Amino acid sequence: MVQFTLPKNSKVRTGKTWPKPEGATRIKEFRIYRFDPETGENPRLDTYFVDLDDCGPMVLHGLLKIKDEVDSTLAFRRSCREGICGSCAMNIAGENALACITAMEDIKGPVTVYPLPHMQVVKDLVPDLTLLYAQHRLIEPWLKTDTPAPDREWRQSKDDRKKLDGLYECILCFCCATSCPSYWWNAERYLGPAVLLQAYRWIADSRDEAVDERLDELEDPFRLYRCHTIMNCVRVCPKGLNPAKAIAAIKEDLALRRF
Amino acid sequence: MAGSSKTIEGAGPVTPFETAGRAYHINEHEYDVVIIGAGGAGLRAVVGCAEAGLKTACLTKVFPTRSHTVAAQGGIAASLGNMGPDHWRWHMYDTVKGSDWLGDQDAIEYLVREAPRAVIELEHWGTPFSRTEEGRIYQRPFGGMTTEFGEGPPAQRTCAAADRTGHAMLHTLYGQALRHGAEFFIEYFALDLIMDDEGACRGVTALCMEDGSIHRFRAHAVILATGGYNRVYFSCTSAHICTGDGNAMVMRAGLPVQDMEFVQFHPTGIYGAGMLITEGVRGEGGYLTNAFGERFMERYAPHAKDLASRDVVSRAMTIEIREGRGVGKNKDHIYLHLDHLGADVIAERLPGIAESAKIFAGVDVTREPIPVLPTAHYNMGGIPTNYHGEVINPKDGDPDAVAPGLFAAGEAACASVHGANRLGSNSLTDIVVFGRAAAQRAAATITPGAAHKPLAKDAGLEGLERLDALRFADGGTPVSQLRLAMQKAMQHYCSVFRTGESLNEGVEKIREVWKGLDDVRINDRSLIWNTDLVEALELSNLLMNAAATIHSAAERTESRGAHAREDYPERDDANWMKHTLAWADFEGRKTRLDYRPVHTFTLTDEAEYIEPKKRVY
Repeated sequence: MVQFTLPKNSKVRTGKTWPKPEGATRIKEFRIYRFDPETGENPRLDTYFVDLDDCGPMVLHGLLKIKDEVDSTLAFRRSCREGICGSCAMNIAGENALACITAMEDIKGPVTVYPLPHMQVVKDLVPDLTLLYAQHRLIEPWLKTDTPAPDREWRQSKDDRKKLDGLYECILCFCCATSCPSYWWNAERYLGPAVLLQAYRWIADSRDEAVDERLDELEDPFRLYRCHTIMNCVRVCPKGLNPAKAIAAIKEDLALRRF
Repeated sequence: MAGSSKTIEGAGPVTPFETAGRAYHINEHEYDVVIIGAGGAGLRAVVGCAEAGLKTACLTKVFPTRSHTVAAQGGIAASLGNMGPDHWRWHMYDTVKGSDWLGDQDAIEYLVREAPRAVIELEHWGTPFSRTEEGRIYQRPFGGMTTEFGEGPPAQRTCAAADRTGHAMLHTLYGQALRHGAEFFIEYFALDLIMDDEGACRGVTALCMEDGSIHRFRAHAVILATGGYNRVYFSCTSAHICTGDGNAMVMRAGLPVQDMEFVQFHPTGIYGAGMLITEGVRGEGGYLTNAFGERFMERYAPHAKDLASRDVVSRAMTIEIREGRGVGKNKDHIYLHLDHLGADVIAERLPGIAESAKIFAGVDVTREPIPVLPTAHYNMGGIPTNYHGEVINPKDGDPDAVAPGLFAAGEAACASVHGANRLGSNSLTDIVVFGRAAAQRAAATITPGAAHKPLAKDAGLEGLERLDALRFADGGTPVSQLRLAMQKAMQHYCSVFRTGESLNEGVEKIREVWKGLDDVRINDRSLIWNTDLVEALELSNLLMNAAATIHSAAERTESRGAHAREDYPERDDANWMKHTLAWADFEGRKTRLDYRPVHTFTLTDEAEYIEPKKRVY
């Protein structure tokens, strides 16, 4: 990833190096971004060592090992530890990923861990996701219908249901949005890959009756058209989804409705 | 980029408070209803309250879609009959039998009759259920779900969105909550209930993790939807956040929790890692084998086989391993096969577990079996409620007296619809049915915007002393060390099979760990996102749950559902057809037990009470 010039108070210094675990033969080095807003000090990189033979296989296991046994002040989000809740999204070895399903052994050399890029940092590995949540709310993520609801379920064919595969599985971890240079530049106005994927999830739903209204809301040079097919979103999605394709599909829907 | 400043949502008047010589500023809020937790039960309650015009706030320690409901896989049970004949009475029979007759049959009748409506409602809100050829909601077989009152073939009752049903539901419910403009307080950690002298709940206090500020929410009703507490165990399928916070709040308020000895061990947690592999795998035709490649469930449950109830399957697996027929180098686990189902079926119906098995067990499920082991999964016990979700606090000889202003729903609650053992896919039904029931009851009893009764200046702030003490705790034991000691003890003394001797040892062991809290050490003294402090608060909650669980288990001298006593192998209806109640004395680090009767009546005349009989699958 390109290194941009940071504001003075965001420049990362070298921090503390913690002792190696005794008697360990297979050691993994972690370099972890630390930021404590209450000290007024610049962020720093602390170095820790984890005994791979006394730890689970994932980066999250390593982080928990460090928090439990070395330095309990380290702050990060975690919940399900199986790749479905999206809490532990962070920048690991230069790429956005979920710590709980990224294996330490797959990383060559030291494991560098930063918060999701280009976000305000609350503390350590905890970014402020308020804007992304507000953008998700903006696309009105619920089914809209005018037809009075039937007593039973809306009918949906297997083929129509299939159109939601690759869309509904998003876990809102925002690995994609925060790896998108276009989103970095225009976060206030561009909705970014995660939120646009969700927007398309409702457009693609055969039961939804507000497709035009949804497209109207997206037809904007910034909200939608800042996607320049850089494709970082596809590269990093931990669920193997393709936000770029969903964005292209929205653009296609908008183009087609002109005719 | 470093540096964040943001106004705190909903900031109101501030009250000063002092403890241990330190000054705190209490941010005051007023709502009609406050809901704690934003999993399925919490969000369904939020939607119901907001819809009814109540001023509603939802406090949650994680962003809603990170709640543990998101990890539910197999489906939600409802007798829609999309795949063949079904009836709510059959669902009721199965649930009562599954509960080993400890479930309250009025609440069970309510659950199964409301289930179809609850599922249709979710579908109307947009949940992406899998579909049948006719375009209806796809339903799969699940353990213990039968037709014709156990006499017919397995029922196809469990409505599924592939194997990501919890995720699909939770995201849908979050969308609905947004649609109704509910107010969320995200990453707020609830501390204590505010109870008045008459035993009514008047609100709740909370810690805002983003800046360490303290908040006091006054409310006409508080709905606890805080989930389970399986993090008391060393190995569990539950998320890190499942720490029984609501149960502990209730116990600290002097109210009891119920049936805590009943902990469900899911037969198929991934060996070593603990992640859940849905029962839906067996629903779709998967099966278990031992070291000889034998489908051993045929011996233990000749009729239902691999689709017997979870407690039955977990015990069978444990016996196989114990008698030397486990698989692997150490003969300490079992294989789950689904390779015969074919890649297409797996891709369409079980894609999520194929992914998990690959990541966490290195297994390609189209070719190899998954190594599995019974793993702590679900708490049947919790905060006792009636079928409206109102919290029960027995008083003046009335075992069903309610605590005014206090509700509970979901895994935190004990309605009790699951009794001694929950059937797979009944929990997703439980959360939406009782989340809604609680909201409806709140709406029926509260006038929107009604004035709040005066509250003592320091009401609810006693808990701040506990928080303050922990924040500055400088003892010799790290939180993680105490937590591990508790988890190892629960795993060792209170597992699939139990004996009086080991349980009594466990009671002492847990009490010791609980006392260790006095010597705990926190290293992070900061206010902003202090997870060291939050984990200490969670540990203190977990310990209350652990103590109540193991004490309740030690006293129950019978085997029923998930509570299997080797020294008392039979169910004993004469002495034990009753709910255990456990109160905790937080300061004294001890628990006290009593009992209340099981409801041996149904909700309406349309269902007959199902008499206890021997439970065979």
